[in-house]
Amino acid sequence: MANVDLDCGGLSCPVPIVRISRAMKELASGDTLTVTASDPSFKADVEAWVRKMGHHLDAFSEADGSQTAVLRHA
Amino acid sequence: MASDSSSQPPEDLAALVDAAVEKRCGAAFASLEQTLADLKASVAELKEACPEDRCTIVAFSGDMDRLFAALTIASGAVAMGMESSMFFTFWGLSALKVKTTYAGKSVGQKMAAMMLPGGPNSVPTSRMNMAGMGPVFFKMLMKQKNVQSLPEMMEMVQELGVRLVACEMSMGVMGISREELLPGIDYGGVATYLGDASRSKVTLFI
Repeated sequence: MANVDLDCGGLSCPVPIVRISRAMKELASGDTLTVTASDPSFKADVEAWVRKMGHHLDAFSEADGSQTAVLRHA
Repeated sequence: MASDSSSQPPEDLAALVDAAVEKRCGAAFASLEQTLADLKASVAELKEACPEDRCTIVAFSGDMDRLFAALTIASGAVAMGMESSMFFTFWGLSALKVKTTYAGKSVGQKMAAMMLPGGPNSVPTSRMNMAGMGPVFFKMLMKQKNVQSLPEMMEMVQELGVRLVACEMSMGVMGISREELLPGIDYGGVATYLGDASRSKVTLFI
């Protein structure tokens, strides 16, 4: 089970979601993708994205305007 | 211990059982098979009629802000695993323009070519255009916020495989030739749009 980090800091909608979708395609079932982002719509968008794509959001945290989401490939 | 041969039915008995089963159930099986085939055909028909996970957008406006919305939704749709098409018609064609030519155009078409934006980098805003100052102002704000520019968005949708279709009827009216538009795009008319839109869960006119 690999983990890949993806930095989307400073990037605006829709780029973080586009990058996540690209990165997730390279991963296998059970692998995780740790994404950091500052886009204000990031939480809502990443939640909607995993729901639509059938992947999982294992963790989400926010500190000092930086958000971190841990996504797990279904 | 009894010999194994007693547990094996004689061949003629097996044939007899087969014949009896066929006689009693053959018709029922045939009818079930027919029902199954009918059901499969109905499901295939329903699938054909059901909208798919697609997103089809008509980009009618040639305004920077509206084109932004259209391009953001189209790229977001691809990221959400959907197939995405954009139909550029009338003012929206400006987003596809890479150059402006005058040869072979009528006087009216030459005037249109002169007055219309030369490409996605020179489109006006729908409000607060202020004779071209608005777009400069918004580009500055967007750069500060690290939001992609319209030409960058156009590049991104191409990379993502969004189907870009130019409306040939509006191209004809305005005298826009294929050489003036991005290479590698598709061309079509209303049926091309409706063909994609009728198979789309999301369809928008922007």
